[in-house]
Formats: sequence, structure tokens, C-alpha cells
Amino acid sequence: MIDVNAFLGGYPWRRVPGTSAAGLLAAMDRTGIIEAWVSHLPAIFWRDPTEGNEWLYDTATREVRFRPVPCIQPGLANWERELTTAVDRRVPAVRVDPTVHGLDPAGQSMRRLAAACGEAGVPLMMAVRFEDGRQRHPNDRAPELPAAAVRALVRSSPRVRMLVTHADRGVVEEVHWSLTPEESSRIWWDICWIWGPPEDHLELLLDTIGVARFVLGTGMPLRLPETPIARLDLLDLPPAERAILEHGNAESLSGKPV
Amino acid sequence: MLVDVHAHFYSDRSPRADAAQRNASRLKAGERIGISYHVASILGSWGLRSPTYFPSPDDLTHANAALRALIKQHPDRIRGYVAVNPNFTAHALAQIRAGSAAGMVGVKLAASRRANDPLLDPVASLAGELGLPVLHHIWQNRRHEWPGQEASDAVELCELAARHPRVNFILAHIGGGGDWLHSLHVVRPVPNVYVDLSGSGVDGGMLELCLSQVGADRLLWGADITLCTGWAKLRYLEHILPAPDLEQVRWRNAARIFPPTAFQGD
Repeated sequence: MIDVNAFLGGYPWRRVPGTSAAGLLAAMDRTGIIEAWVSHLPAIFWRDPTEGNEWLYDTATREVRFRPVPCIQPGLANWERELTTAVDRRVPAVRVDPTVHGLDPAGQSMRRLAAACGEAGVPLMMAVRFEDGRQRHPNDRAPELPAAAVRALVRSSPRVRMLVTHADRGVVEEVHWSLTPEESSRIWWDICWIWGPPEDHLELLLDTIGVARFVLGTGMPLRLPETPIARLDLLDLPPAERAILEHGNAESLSGKPV
Repeated sequence: MLVDVHAHFYSDRSPRADAAQRNASRLKAGERIGISYHVASILGSWGLRSPTYFPSPDDLTHANAALRALIKQHPDRIRGYVAVNPNFTAHALAQIRAGSAAGMVGVKLAASRRANDPLLDPVASLAGELGLPVLHHIWQNRRHEWPGQEASDAVELCELAARHPRVNFILAHIGGGGDWLHSLHVVRPVPNVYVDLSGSGVDGGMLELCLSQVGADRLLWGADITLCTGWAKLRYLEHILPAPDLEQVRWRNAARIFPPTAFQGD
């Protein structure tokens, strides 16, 4: 299994166990995850989130099971250099969290970044949220990523490919059905926030939208990595379709041979 | 044995066209997870004829009867809470008495009246008299009013629990949104409040805090409306708990606070 949505490092808003590389590897061993695409969690909340990228690259160099997903902040003057570095390092994706950075999620700087990622052939990862909105710290006030921004960005550049994490059924459906088939074919969704039975949101989305658009993501260690795996275990998926969700789509997205 | 202490079903009186499908999905997933008993409630008409958290007496009468009928269809899998609205005292007490006589094993309070309100005293007293635990909907650290419910938090539930020390209360869905750490600090010194682990929240660190603050002997496994997250938490507990503690969370604590005849084979 490939987990496209994992973090290293502490979270500013509450204590979280298992945020070290060793902790993440232990969780991966526990759940059978072979490879994790990791972001540097504390840096996401820094004024310059790219300051965590070197640490991330260094950590991923020392642990073959990690693939780094560096932060890009398109409101900073260094964003093109950071993107070039990321591409040179053959990262599976770069991430941006515009509402955390105080950026308009569909504004000019975000559109420039989306277009540049498209030209560079690297997927752009964005999280809808990190925590349930009902439990966030009183001072943790960054808005969730709106569906309107996702569709605006994917429409803004014909080559951009997006990986959206932590989206629930409502966000997925609003975006998917507001796009042309060609546009929606350039978005992948992780399943860490899509409910299983008895509401059966994941089963429904796999039926209506198709397995090609979804990837395994956990959000660990902020969230238990057992969750999306339990969701898959509660589906009656043919082994080939499950393999697509567990690793096939992620491999295609990142350019690794399937 | 595995007991889900926080389950819900739908009756024919529901705004959802897929109500029967959802009920079937819960039972099917339960088989896969290995749930021995779904201890469930039906919250009135789920908004069809009265609000979910302020259900009318008529909707509750219908819901409790529908749940008893469902139990008859699945006597080996489903147990029931009598859902009541404490604003209608006579109706609530009559429903609890009738439900208990018919084999219902607990009382469900949603968010029709704050937990520390005196109107809950007759309900809690009767539950104690009949040996039924009370499952109370909780907003973990409610900081303001929320629309559609008069939500209680752990502080208010613990006030009620202090007034009824011989009644066992279940603080609902610690993973159901809100600041779970706040609730855990509150319930720690209150021995007759148990914590149900249900809810869609699967935060890293939450279960560790549940264990350190409350202890395995006051935790109850449950799922509420996301069985996938319930199963995930159970899988994680299997890694971090010694077998005897895991057994407590899976079913032994539930067997201790529900009526002795609630679960066969315990």
C-alpha cells in the first residue's frame, strides 16, 4: 500500500504521538503501508513553509519508504525555485495550503502555481482540512479549502493534476460533477475522510465516480492510519480494484511504473 | 464478544428514502467487523415530523416501537435504548417503563434539554430504579449554542451523574466532534460516567488520552454512524492494549453496566 497523505513533525494545535520518522515507520509496519508520501507538518504553519523542505528531503533521503512532498508558498518570491528543486528531486507531488498561508485559494498566485505544476508535470496536493472543524483550537481559524477553489484551479490550467486530501463526500461530489470529464480526470482524491457504512459514502463514490479517481491516504499521525484500510475492508471490492486504490493510482499519479 | 454501545437504526418514519438500506448496511458491516450486539436507538423520525434532537412524543413512541420490532427480527444482534424527550416527563417515564418491560436495555437522551436540568432527574431516577444505563448525546466542550440541539457537554453530564451516583451514564461519542480532551479531564473523577469511543473522529492521541485519563475499565466500544472509524479504533486498541483490557473495552464494561440479561454468552 502507498499512503499519499502522511506527515512528519509536531502539530501546532495539540499534542500528537508518533510524529517522528520512527513513529511513522512503526505505524506503517503496523498497517502494512509500504510507502508514505510525507509532508513536514510544522512547516505548513510557518510564515515561510518552504523552510521545512530541506529537513524533509534529508529525512526522505535517509528512509527509502518516505517520498517527500515539499511545501510551496506561491505568495513568496522563492516559490519557483522551490518548485524547480522539487522537480529535480523527483518528488511525487508538491503541496500548498493556501488558506493556512493566508492566500486566496483560487487567486492569481495559486493559479500561477497550478499552471507551473502542470507544466513541470508534478501533481499539486491540497488538503481540505487537517482536523474536524468542531474540535479545532479556538485560534486555529484558517478556512477549509472550498470546493470552488479546487474546480477553479483545475480549470485554470489544462495540464495541472491535483491530489486533494481530507475531502468528504460533499466536497468530492461538488467538484467532480462541476467539471467536464477531461477536467475531473486530472483530480485524485484520498479516502481518509470519506465515510464507510452504514452511510456508505465511499461505496457510492466508487460506483458513481469510479476507482480511477481515488487513492489511499491516511492523514497519519493526525489520524489513525487504520481508518481508510478498515474502509476498504468493509467494501466488496475485486482484488484488482482494491490494488488500484491501494497503490495503482498513486503510482500512476507520481509517474512510477504500475 | 463485541458490543457496539452506540448504534442507530431508522424506522419507516424517516426523511430518508434509503432508511432500510442503511439499516441493512449496518448489520452487514457488523457481521464483517464481528459485532455481537448493536445497542441502538432511533431518534424519533430523524426530522421528518419533529426535529432529530427535539423529537415529539408521538415520534418517540413510534420510534421505540419500531426498534422493538427490529429487535424481534434480529434477536441475536440488536438491543435497544428507549429514546425519550425529558420535556415530556410523563411520556418519557411511561416509555421507559414500557420499554424496560419489553426488554430494552438502556435509556437514550439526545439534546432536548441540557443534561444538568432538573427535568432529567425523574428520567435518571427511573433508569436507576430499573437498572438501565443512560446514554447521553454530548458535544465535547460546547463553547456556544449550536443550531438544532440543546447540546450538553461533559460538565453538565457529570453534574447529573453526581446527583445520581448509582446510575451509570455513558458520555456519547468521544470522537464525535468537539474537544475530546476537555471531556476526558472532566469525567476522570466521576466513576459512574463511562466514555463511548464512537464518532467519526480518529485523532491520533485520542485513544491514548482516553486510557490515561479514564482507564480501560470505563471505556465502551461503539461506532455511531461511522462503523469504519469504529473498526479503525478497535484495530488500534488491539495494538496498544493488553488482552484483558481490550476485553473490557470490547464488551466486559458494557456487560457490567447493562442489565444482566442484556447480552447472551457474557
